[in-house]
Amino acid sequence: MFYPAMIYVLAVIGLPFALAVVYAFSDIKVGSVGYHFVGLQNFKSILHSATFLRALYDSFIFTVGSQILVLVGSTLLALALEKKFRGRGLVRFLMLLPWVAPVSIGAIGWKWILDSLYSVINWVLVRVPIFHLDKFNPPQWLGEPALAMASVIVVHTWRLLPFSTVILLAGLSAIPKEIPEAAEIDGAGFWRKMFQINIPMLLPILNVALLFGIVFTFTDMTVVYILTRGGPYDTTQVVPSLAFFTGVLGGDLSEGAAISLFMVPILVIVAYLMLRAANRSEVT
Amino acid sequence: MAVVETKGLTKVFKKGELGAVNDVNLTTQEGEFLVFLGPSGSGKTTLLRMIAGLETPTSGQILIGGQDVTHLSPRERRIAMVFQSYALYPHLTVYKNIAFPLKAQKVPKEQHKQKVEWAAGLLGIEKLLHRKPRELSGGERQRVALARAIVREPTVFLLDEPLSNLDAKLRTSAREELEQFHSRVKTTTIYVTHDQVEAMALGDRIVVLHQGVVRQIGTPKEVYDDPADTFVATFLGSPPMNLIPEERDIVGFRPEHLLPASLISPDQRVSMHFHFSHEEYLGAERILYGSLADKRFEAKDVISRLPSRVEASFEPGSIVEFAVPRNELKFFDRATEKRSEPRVISWQ
Repeated sequence: MFYPAMIYVLAVIGLPFALAVVYAFSDIKVGSVGYHFVGLQNFKSILHSATFLRALYDSFIFTVGSQILVLVGSTLLALALEKKFRGRGLVRFLMLLPWVAPVSIGAIGWKWILDSLYSVINWVLVRVPIFHLDKFNPPQWLGEPALAMASVIVVHTWRLLPFSTVILLAGLSAIPKEIPEAAEIDGAGFWRKMFQINIPMLLPILNVALLFGIVFTFTDMTVVYILTRGGPYDTTQVVPSLAFFTGVLGGDLSEGAAISLFMVPILVIVAYLMLRAANRSEVT
Repeated sequence: MAVVETKGLTKVFKKGELGAVNDVNLTTQEGEFLVFLGPSGSGKTTLLRMIAGLETPTSGQILIGGQDVTHLSPRERRIAMVFQSYALYPHLTVYKNIAFPLKAQKVPKEQHKQKVEWAAGLLGIEKLLHRKPRELSGGERQRVALARAIVREPTVFLLDEPLSNLDAKLRTSAREELEQFHSRVKTTTIYVTHDQVEAMALGDRIVVLHQGVVRQIGTPKEVYDDPADTFVATFLGSPPMNLIPEERDIVGFRPEHLLPASLISPDQRVSMHFHFSHEEYLGAERILYGSLADKRFEAKDVISRLPSRVEASFEPGSIVEFAVPRNELKFFDRATEKRSEPRVISWQ
C-alpha cells in the first residue's frame, strides 16, 4: 500500500528535483547533446547577474508585503466570521471563492480590472471628484514599477486570504470560549481581549498559516506571469518567474535550474525557524 | 461585599420553547454562601451566567448591591467568576494570570506584585508563580483560578462547578479549603453544583432548581428535612426519599427512617410489611431493597438504610415488619406534588 505513494512522490517531486540539481551543475541547454559538468559556474554567474539580484529583492518584497496583508486581513476576517450571524454560511462560502477558483481565471479578471485602458478602478476614480485624477493619464496599475509591485501583491493577497482565514478560523474554534469570557469578567475590554488573549492564543496557528503563506508566495509565479510577466523592466520579476523565463522560455536549462535551486536553502531556513517558533509557543 | 438580587429573571433560548430559566426571584444575604443545586439542564449555569453578564436575560432584572446591572457588560459588574474548566490563560504564567484582572482594571502597577503575592499566599501557590498553567495539576489550577478571582477583591464571587474536574479525594479537601477560604474573605458567593453533598456541605442556603424553576430556597437542613415538593425530596438524599401514593396524598420518608419495627417504640411508629429482596453492604451502613407487601401499595419499591451496628439478617423473599417514626413522615399533595398538611395514617 505504501509503494504507489512512494513511486508517485519520487516520480513527480523527486525526479524533477534531482534533474534540477544535475542540470544546475552543467552547461545543458534545450537541444544540446551530452553533459558537461561545470561545477559552481552557473551559481557564480547568476550571483553576478543584476536581473537575478533584482528578482531576489522583488521576491522578498512580494513575499513580505503580501504576507503582512494576508496576516492582518485573515485575522480580521477570521475574528469577524467566527461570531454567529445571519448568512454566515454564505459569507464563508463567498470568502472561499478566490482560493477555490482556478488562479488563471481570477488573475485574468484582475488583469482586466487593472488594465491600462479599460480599468474599472480608473473609471471609478476619475469620476470621483476628490481624487482630481487626469482623465487622460490615469494611474497605470501594471505599467509603473511601484504600482505594478503593489498590484501583484494585492492580487496575490486576494488569492491567499481565504486559505489563511480558514486556518485561523479552525484555530479560533479551538480556543475554549470560557477563556475570552473569563477575560471579559476580569475586566478586559475589546482591545485587551484581542491583543492579550485571542491573538496570543492564536499565535501557534498564525505561525502555521504564515509558514504556508511564505512557501506558497515565494515559490509562486502565476500572478506575476499573468499580470506583468515580470515587467515593467523586471521590477516585478520574482525568482520562480525568472527561473521559468530563463530555463523554459529562454532555453538555458542549466541556469534556470540554478536559479530555482537558489530558493531551496532560503525556504529550508524559513521552515526551520517557523517550526521552532511554533514549538516554543505551543499552547495546551 | 454586596447583595445579589434577581427579579423575574427569565431566559428563553429559542422562541416558543420552554425557558432555560423561568421567573427566578431570589436575594442573597450579605456575605452569604448561596448554592444553586439542580440536575444537569436545570438552568443553574444559565442563571449564573446571566448574573455574570455572559448571557442576556429574555426578561427580568438583576441587581448587585442595589444597582440595576441587567444591561451592564461583565466588566462593569465588578464580579469575579471561576469557571468549571478554570479558563486560565494558557500563554501566561501563573503570576500574569493572577495579575490580569489588576491590569485590566487599571490598578496602579506598583500594587500588582503585592496583591498577587497576597492572593497567592492565601491559596498557598507562591511557589508556582513562574509556571505556565499546563505545568500545573488540576488542584493547583483550581487554586490559581481562585487566586485570579480574589486578587481584585470583588464584591461578588461566582463559582461554576469548580470542583467537578478534581478526583474524589482532592474534591473533599478542596471543598474544605473553599469553606475555610469563604469564612476568611466573607465575600458574597454564588456556587453552582449538581452535587448535593457539595451543596449541603458548603451552602449557607441552597437554591434547588429544576427545569429553570426555583423549587425551594432554604438552609441545607430545611431542604433536606422539609422538602417543598417531591422533586426536592427525591433529588436530595442518596438513596432518595421513598414516596408512597396514599389516597389523595403522597407519603414520603427517608430510607434512614425505615427501620425494623422493633427499633421504634410502638406508640410513635407507623408499621408496614417490608418484602425484602436484597441488600448492599457499604461498610458503615446497609442498603436494603424491597417492596411494600400490602396489596393496596401494588408492591411499591422502598429502600431502607440501616446502620451496620443494627445486627439483623433477612432472608431474601421474606416479609418483615418495618416501621417509620410517625413524625418523620412527609405528606405531598398528589396533584401538585407540593407539601401538604400531615395527617394521621395507619398502614396495618
